[in-house]
Formats: sequence, C-alpha cells, structure tokens
Amino acid sequence: MSIGHTFLGLLESGPRHGYDLKRNFDERFGQDRPLAYGQVYATLARLLKNGLVRVDGTEPGDGPERKRYAITDAGVTDVGRWLDQPEKPEPYLHSTLYTKVVLALLTGRPAVGVLDTQRAEHLRLMRELTRRKATGDLADQLVCDHALFHLEADLRWLELTAARIDELASEVTR
Amino acid sequence: MSTSGNPARVWARDLAFGVRFAVGGGREGWARTLLTAVGVGLGVAMLLLAASVPAAFQSRSVREDQRVASYSDATHAGPGPHTLLARDAATTFRGNGITGELVRPDGPSPALPPGLSRLPGTGEMAVSPALHALLDAPGSALLRERLPYRTVATIGAAGLSGPRDLYYYAGDPQLTTLNDNAARIDHFGASSSEQPLDPVLILLVVVAVVVLLVPVGVFIGAAVRFGGERRDRRLAALRLVGADRRMVCRIAAGEAAFGSLLGLAVGAALFLGVRQLASDVTLYGLSFFPSDLRPETALTVLIAVAVPLSAIAVTLLALRGVAIEPLGVVRNAAPRRRRLLWRLAMPLAGAALLYPKAGRGGVSDTVGEIQVGAGAALLLVGLTALLPWLVEATVRRLGGAGSVPWQLACRRLQLTPGSAARMVSGITVAVAGAIAVMTLMSGVGTQYTRPTGQNTAQAQMAAYIDLPKGTDPGAVVSAFRGTPGVTGVRSATTAVAATVPALARARAVFARKHDPDVFADVPQISLTVAGCPQLEAYTGEHGCRPGSVYLIGEGDSGQPVVRPGETIDLAVPDPAATSAGSARPWTVPATARTGTAHVDATGAQHTGVLATPQALSTAALADPQVQISLTLAPGVADAPDQVRNTAVRFDPSDPTVMLSATDTSGPFSGIRRAVLAGATVVLALIGASLLVSTLEQLRDRRRLLAVLVAFGTRRGTLGASVLWQTAVPVVLGLALAVAGGLSLGALLRAISHTPGGYDWSGIGTLTGIAAGVVLVVTLASLPPLWRMMRPEGLRTE
Amino acid sequence: MTPVPVPDPGPDTGDLLMVATGLRKTYGATPALESADFSIRPGEVVAVMGPSGSGKSTLLHCLAGIVQPDGGQVRYRHQEMSAMPDAERSALRRGEFGFVFQFGQLVPELTCLENVALPLRLNGVRRRPAQERAAQWLARLEVDTVAGKRPGEISGGQGQRVAVARALVTGPRLVFADEPTGALDSLNGERVMRLLAAAAKDSGAAVVLVTHEPRVAAYSDREVVVRDGRCRDLEQEHAA
Repeated sequence: MSIGHTFLGLLESGPRHGYDLKRNFDERFGQDRPLAYGQVYATLARLLKNGLVRVDGTEPGDGPERKRYAITDAGVTDVGRWLDQPEKPEPYLHSTLYTKVVLALLTGRPAVGVLDTQRAEHLRLMRELTRRKATGDLADQLVCDHALFHLEADLRWLELTAARIDELASEVTR
Repeated sequence: MSTSGNPARVWARDLAFGVRFAVGGGREGWARTLLTAVGVGLGVAMLLLAASVPAAFQSRSVREDQRVASYSDATHAGPGPHTLLARDAATTFRGNGITGELVRPDGPSPALPPGLSRLPGTGEMAVSPALHALLDAPGSALLRERLPYRTVATIGAAGLSGPRDLYYYAGDPQLTTLNDNAARIDHFGASSSEQPLDPVLILLVVVAVVVLLVPVGVFIGAAVRFGGERRDRRLAALRLVGADRRMVCRIAAGEAAFGSLLGLAVGAALFLGVRQLASDVTLYGLSFFPSDLRPETALTVLIAVAVPLSAIAVTLLALRGVAIEPLGVVRNAAPRRRRLLWRLAMPLAGAALLYPKAGRGGVSDTVGEIQVGAGAALLLVGLTALLPWLVEATVRRLGGAGSVPWQLACRRLQLTPGSAARMVSGITVAVAGAIAVMTLMSGVGTQYTRPTGQNTAQAQMAAYIDLPKGTDPGAVVSAFRGTPGVTGVRSATTAVAATVPALARARAVFARKHDPDVFADVPQISLTVAGCPQLEAYTGEHGCRPGSVYLIGEGDSGQPVVRPGETIDLAVPDPAATSAGSARPWTVPATARTGTAHVDATGAQHTGVLATPQALSTAALADPQVQISLTLAPGVADAPDQVRNTAVRFDPSDPTVMLSATDTSGPFSGIRRAVLAGATVVLALIGASLLVSTLEQLRDRRRLLAVLVAFGTRRGTLGASVLWQTAVPVVLGLALAVAGGLSLGALLRAISHTPGGYDWSGIGTLTGIAAGVVLVVTLASLPPLWRMMRPEGLRTE
Repeated sequence: MTPVPVPDPGPDTGDLLMVATGLRKTYGATPALESADFSIRPGEVVAVMGPSGSGKSTLLHCLAGIVQPDGGQVRYRHQEMSAMPDAERSALRRGEFGFVFQFGQLVPELTCLENVALPLRLNGVRRRPAQERAAQWLARLEVDTVAGKRPGEISGGQGQRVAVARALVTGPRLVFADEPTGALDSLNGERVMRLLAAAAKDSGAAVVLVTHEPRVAAYSDREVVVRDGRCRDLEQEHAA
C-alpha cells in the first residue's frame, strides 16, 4: 500500500498536522501495525520535495508538531490518477514458503511438516482475525475479511501442496 | 432442440427422446421403468385373464357335455355291439366332489367316452390324474376302500372338465337295466343344454365385471405414475436446456408409452406364466387347463391399444397439474381449492343412468347391459373424483396438534392431499364395488337362497338307500349303526302303492302296449313304515303302539287319499318293468287314525299311509327305499366318509347327503364365489401398488429420514407416522366406499326389484379385509423404512 | 447443565467431553477411517478439516453414534458409546447432541417453528412449551419472521439458521455440524457461522465442525486435520 497516496487522500479533505495524519491513518488503515513517526515525516518530506503538498503554516514554539500540511493541485491530480489506476495483481511466484518446501525436500527434511506448521500458524491468525471481526464495526470487518480471504487462499495452497507433495518430491529430487 | 420440421417428425423425435430417458436414466431410470412395466403388467395380466374367462368356461362346458352318459338319449333298443350300460356313481370325499360312471359293455366295441381308448373291464377303473393323486395320497384309505377297483388307465385331457377334475370310469359286471339307475347308451355326449341366465343374474354379472375391472384400470393408472416426481425433475432439466412445454409433454408421453408397452409385454409373459400354473390351482371347485385360458381376440386387441393410450393420457393429465419450469418443478404452490361441484357430477351421472332402470326386475337386453354397466362404472369412477376433495377438505381441518407422528402425517397430507387420495382410490373403488355387489346379492340371495327345513341339530347326514331285493331294512340300519363316528341312526322304509282300480286299468293297458310308461301315470300313494317314535314325530300324534297306522293328508286340502278299511295295491311296477306282475292287495286297518304332516330332521314330510312294521311288513313293499338320518359324533373329521363308505355298499351312486339349514341356487352361489375371489385378488393387487408407491415416497425422502435418525428419532415414531399417513386417507376412502357402495347397491337392488336388508357382516368383512391390506402394506414397508433409516442416507451428497 | 459426577475411569479422559481412540471404519472395500483419534473439551469448538473423501464425515458419524465404528472406542463423558444399544445411542442423540447438516434436513411439510420444536417433541415435551422455546430460538437466530413458513418457502441461509436453532433448542452439550455453510454464499455462510458459534458459546455447547472452508474453520478454537483416514491435531503437535 502506498502511504504517500494515502496521506494525500487524507489531506484532500483539509490541512492537518503530521501527528493527525498518523492518527487518522492508524485508525482507518493501520490495522496491524501503527506507523512509525519516522516513516510519517520521511513520507511527508518526499511529498514536499515532489510538490504534492506544501506547508500550510508553522506554529510558534519548538515542539515537533509545528508544521501543518496542505495538498497542492498536483497532489490532487496525483491522488485521482492513483485511484483510477488498477493495482497490479501480485502473483507471488517465488514465495518464501515455496522455497522452504523445496529446500526441505532437497535436504530430506519432512516437507509436510513445514506445510503443517505454516498451516497451523495461518489458521491461528485467521482465528484471531475472526475474533476481532466479531467485536469490530463494519470497517473492521471488511478489513479483516480482506486479510482472511488472502490467508484462506494461502491455506488452500498449503492444502493443495500437501496433497501433491509426493509428486513434487519426485520432480525436485530427480 | 428446434421445434421446426413437420409435426410427425417432431413427435417421433420427442417420443424417441422419451424412450431414451426411459431406458437411459442409469440404474434409477431402469428401476423406474421396470416398476411401471411390472405394475402395468400385473394389470394387463388381470385384464387378459378376465378376457379369457368366457372361452375358459365354454371349453370346459363343451368337454363336460361330451362325456355325459345321457339318460334322456338312452336307447330303448336292445343291446348291440356298440352299446353299454352306464350308471352314475358320483360321490364325495372330504368335501371334494368326485364324479364317476359305472360301465358294462354289451358288446366287443362299446362306445367310448372322450379321453379313453378302451373301457375298463370288470374290477378295473380309469381315473383322472387328480383322482389318481388323491387315491395315492396318504389318508385316502377310506376312498380306496370306497373305490375298490384296480386303476388300469388315466383319462386324457379331452375327457376332463379341468386338470383338477376328479373323475373315474369303473367296470361293474352287475349292472342291469332292471336296476333303474343304469341306462343303455350307444354314445357319450349330449347336445348342450344351456339355459339362458335369469335377467337378475345378468345384472349381477355385468356389475361384477365392472366392479372387478374398474379397480384394475385405476391400478394401471397408478402404475403409470410411478416415479413421477423424479421424472418431473428430469423434465425440468430439459426445460433448462431449451425444451418447451409441449416438447416436455411429448417426451413424457414417450416415456409413458415405452413403460406401458413394456408393461404389455410383461403382462403377456405374466399371463402365459399364470396360465401354466392354472392346472395346479383350484378356485372354488373350478380348475382350468392352460389351453382353456384363451383371451378373446377382440378384447386382446382392445387391451393392447387402450393400455398405452390411457397411459399417455394419464401422464399428460398429471403434467397439467404441475408447471415444469427450467429451474424446477412448481406444483401449484397454493393449490386451487378442489371444487365439489364437478366432482359430484360424475357419480350423479352414473346414478342418472341407473335410475330409469329401477323396477325392471333385472337386465334382459344388450342396451340395458351397457346402460347399467356404464352407470355403475361412472358411479364408481366418480368416487375417485370425490375422494381428493374429501381428503383435502378433511385434512385441512386436522390441526397439527397431537403426537409427533400424527403431526408429521397431518402436515404431509395437507401438503399433498392429491397423491394421498390417489394412493387409496383403487381400494375405494374396489371396496365400493364389492359392497354394491354384496348389497345386490343379499337382496337377490334371499330369493335364491331358501331354507331347506332341515334340522341340523337333530341329524347331520341322511342316506336314501334303494333296498336291494331280499335285503332286510334292519341289515342296512345295523350297518350304519356299526359305522365309526355315527352316534345315532333313525330309519324309515318308504315305498309307493296305488288304488286297486287304477293299477288294474294300467295293467290292462300294459298287456296290450308293453309300454312301462303307463305305470308312471298311475296316481301314487306314499307308504312309510317306521317304529313308533318316528311315526309320532312324523304325525305329531301320541299313543302309537305296534300295529298302529296313520293316514296323513297331502297338499292344501289335508284330506287323506285313503280311507280306513280301504284296500290298496302294493305291487306298483317300476318304470323299466318288462312284466305287469300281479296285484298285491293290502287293507288299511279300520283303526287307522288321520293326522297332519310334520317336518322331520331332513326337512321332509311323510304323507299317505304311515304304518308300524307290525301293521305293514316291509317285505310286502315294492322297491322299498330306506331313509336314514344320522347323528354324527362331533369332532370326528372322517365320520361323513365312513358313512359314505357304508352307504356305497348298498348303492354305488353314493345315496348320502349332508344336511344344511339353507340351500343356495347354483348360479347364484357361483357368482358370489367369483365376486369374492375377484375382490380378494383385486385388493391384493392394489395392496402391491400401495406398497410400491409408499416405498417410492420413502426413497425420495431417504436423506431426510437419515437426518431424523441422526438426531435421535425413534424408529417407532417414524413407523407410526407412516401408518397414520396411510390410515387417514384409507379411513376416508373406506367411508366413501361404504357410502358409495351402499348407494350403488340400493340402485341396483331397485333395478333387480328385490327386497332385503343390507349385508352388514359382509360389508364389515370386506372393509376389514381392505383395512388389513393397508396394515399389511404398512408393515411390509417398515423393513425397507428401517433400512433407509441408516446413516448411509447422509452420504448421498 | 451441571455435569453428572461419574467415577473417573482412567487418566486419559480427564476433563474431556468426548474422547475417541483408534477409530476404524470401512465401507465395502474402501477404508474411510484408519485409527483416528479425537478429543473435545466441554464448550470447545473443534474444526475437522481435510480433503474430500478423507473421512471427515465418517469421523463425525462415528463420534455422534450414528455409525458403529469397526474398531476403536468413543467415550462420551466416561460412557463407552460403542457398547450402547441403538436405543440408548438414539436417546443420547436426542437429548445430549445437536445436529446441523449441509442441506435437506428440515422436514418439508412442517413449518419452521414445528421443525425447531421437533427434537423437543421427540423428547416428550408438550406441544405448547416446545413451540414457545422454539420461537425463542428462532428469534435468537434472527429468523423469527419465517416461523410460520414451510422450508420450501424460505432462503437457504434462513433454512440453515432454522437448522441451527433446531440443533440448539434441546440445550445439547455437543453439536455436530457437517459442512453447515457448504451450500451457502460467503455472506450467508458467515452469518450462520457467527450465530452458531455465538449461540453455542452462550449455551456452553461444544461443537464438532466438519468443513473444508478455512474461513469457517477459523471460528473454531482448535483444528484437527483428517488425512487418509487419520486425525492429526496440528496445534498440539506444534506445541509439543
């Protein structure tokens, strides 16, 4: 996810401080990991440099929260372009997990074990997300579902691979 | 699937499609088609059997006519090379009627009966295969004793009425024409002496045929619908790929036609099979050779055409009630409330056809037969139209209250009252028809069944023995006294006399003409010689002493024909007499008293001259007959046969009779038996179809049953719900059947113009049998139900 | 719902609600289960997963006493189920267990309310109290609007919720759910699972949840995988 574009989108509704941006971002999108301050200011610095935001005003004092940011016309255009552009589906052709399985097979370790371990871990996470879904609002539910569907896809891949592990073994070790 | 092309080709294509579905639906499809074929086949076999009945009875009676040793055709000429003496020697063994002739050839080449290549010689006999088997059977010792001849030949089929016919010819050297029971004949066979049936009996026959065949039609209709729900789903799938409504109908017609054609083949095969078995079956004393059962050609053609056509008609009619949509079958979700009005029209039309015939005293013409037949059929079929309305109207009022099985059954009936009604409509029609026939019969029966006046409490058997010359009646009596199983013997010796002048005139005529018939025209006076106890019973008088004589009047006048002191002639010559003999006068004592006739245990009245042996010696009587009534020891099963064995020592033609309080006329009891047998078979047939449709319903619910078992439903609960589900429509159907049957019966009785009450016990029995059929069907469907209630049902996903 | 005190038959059952060991079941020549072990604690939701034909449903049928295993033992609260006669196992299913299947489980001619009341009625509860309780459960599963309708007149999701109500109406200790969302889209499936899990949790019922959908399995507390007729408890292995 592009943090820069998200910031621009948030700024479009009105200028705000970096701290407010981080809080808004965390509330809406940062389900799992809150943004680090460093990352906030690094992103804003890049946007400033590219002319997509400008400093709307500086408040007196010496705290870190002195600058307010506003979006520029170029920034608005950039957000529109970003939203119109489809995301490229990510094929994950060389996932770490696949690598692990193949390595396990090559080294004679139990490859199914690798898969099962991962499977248990996936389901543990899915369970956690399902629980969170039960207590959260609609936004929470949709975000959790997004993650759940992805995890489910991974889990299906794990099941499929486990079912075809012998086939894979004979090809890899040939 | 385009609908273009000429109509005939479109039809042919869609019908062919249907056939392919009938055979190509995998195991399920085949099972369904076979089920239909077997159901239709059963019905067709019944129809073919019914169509062979006329021919069967005809060939049977032809053979019976051909073997008769006709006494009316007896030759008065003397013995010749082809003549023989024959004497009827029928008897009864353990309730089986055995027919036989004693024969004695006059010359070297006597006439032969059909089925024999030579007559049995002295002490020999030829027997039918069935009699042969009966003679050989263990426990037939008394019969072997009664027919003490050596079996030398078997009578061929041409000489038998049927395969189970018990018949024999035995050679008896002692036959003479002097013995009035033997006749000299020069050929076997008599011209058929068929009497036209009584109009009332024709009515009975027409109604019986309708009553038996309408349920068979209903049964075939039900068989064609086997597997209908599954078929509807398949047709829905066809709609999904683009078949239109009419194509679907044609395809369904093709399926139905194929199933019913297969059914015709099955029916023909079944019929041929049953025909082969026919020789092993005796139904109410009748048996037939397989070759006797030939369906009438016209009827066979009718069956072959009408069955597939009506199968198609029924299918199309059934499809009218459902909308087969591409996404599934829509049974009219909120079914039209069934309207009573037009459903009443059919039975009322039937009644309207019957009513004008009331008071005609039966049916005597073809138009009348058709009118009555059609009226009865309309009334009966109309009941099947009324039944769905009745079931629906009733179950709508049944709440879901009550036990779980009751609730399940009620709800199910509320959802599909039509199929419930269809299931029992066959039983309704069969029972209604049979009740109608029984009602008519109980009316007719009072006409055709009359009391005999016999008192079975006093005596259970009687024997009438023509006393051989020189035999003392006392010897006969003591022979019966010594018979095992006999506890009491009463006897009287009877003979005839005539007035002296009448007999003298006849002798004078005989002397000129040598015609023994002149003696037959002489007015006869009955003579009875018996001990005092009997005479007191016969006359109702007291104070009889040895030597007493009573004069009892005959007829309405009650005036004795003989007066005390009058002389009568005891020597009345027999009808085959060759000489006139001479008079043997006897004078009625002046002390003879007059009295009135009383009925004895055998239902007979003794009139004329009643005398004690001291007054009139039995030795003086001409051709005396000993009348014996016997009391049998209760519980001795072979007592009657012991008595018969004793009796045939004096008279080979078995002079015994069993006494019974009533007597039923021959054709009437025949029809009654046939109707009861037919109703039983039809009910069994309907039971089979009920079983099939119940099982089919259960199979369609296999998964649901498995689920119910999974959450712990007791088997008994489901069994009870199946029972209720069947019992409710059956009770309604039977109620309708009783009402309809009694109405039809009352109408028919009005036509036959016979009085009489209703045969409630018969109606009860019949209704009971029908209810029993349902119970048996439900019980028979329980084991498959248990089997279906296994968790395997959960696996079919 | 207080557990009846029973003498502890051995160390293996402990506080477990049901324990199965070494289950074997063969259909014809096809082995469906070969030495499967399983256990569930009171109130626990256990997902049984695995590829089609792995023996998931057979395991469920054996655990629920619908099918007698060819070998092995099933203990429910210290009672050996394979030793029970059919009538006793049926009574257990009526009183202690609840069932939800994929489809075709509602009696088509009964209304939804009568369907839910059915297990109570089979247990001998009179009609009126049975239907009152059934109505409460229909409300609980948010399908009280269809109480008077027949199963043919309602949607698949509503039907499954009626089935869940029926499974829970007797207050069972153990609910067996065999692909309860298998015939539903994900939104309806989620809703059924959410209600099932919540209702089971509230009433303290344990759930054996057979499914092939990971998102449905995510409603469980623990997962068991059936592969080639054998059960594996991945988390326990992982922890060990």
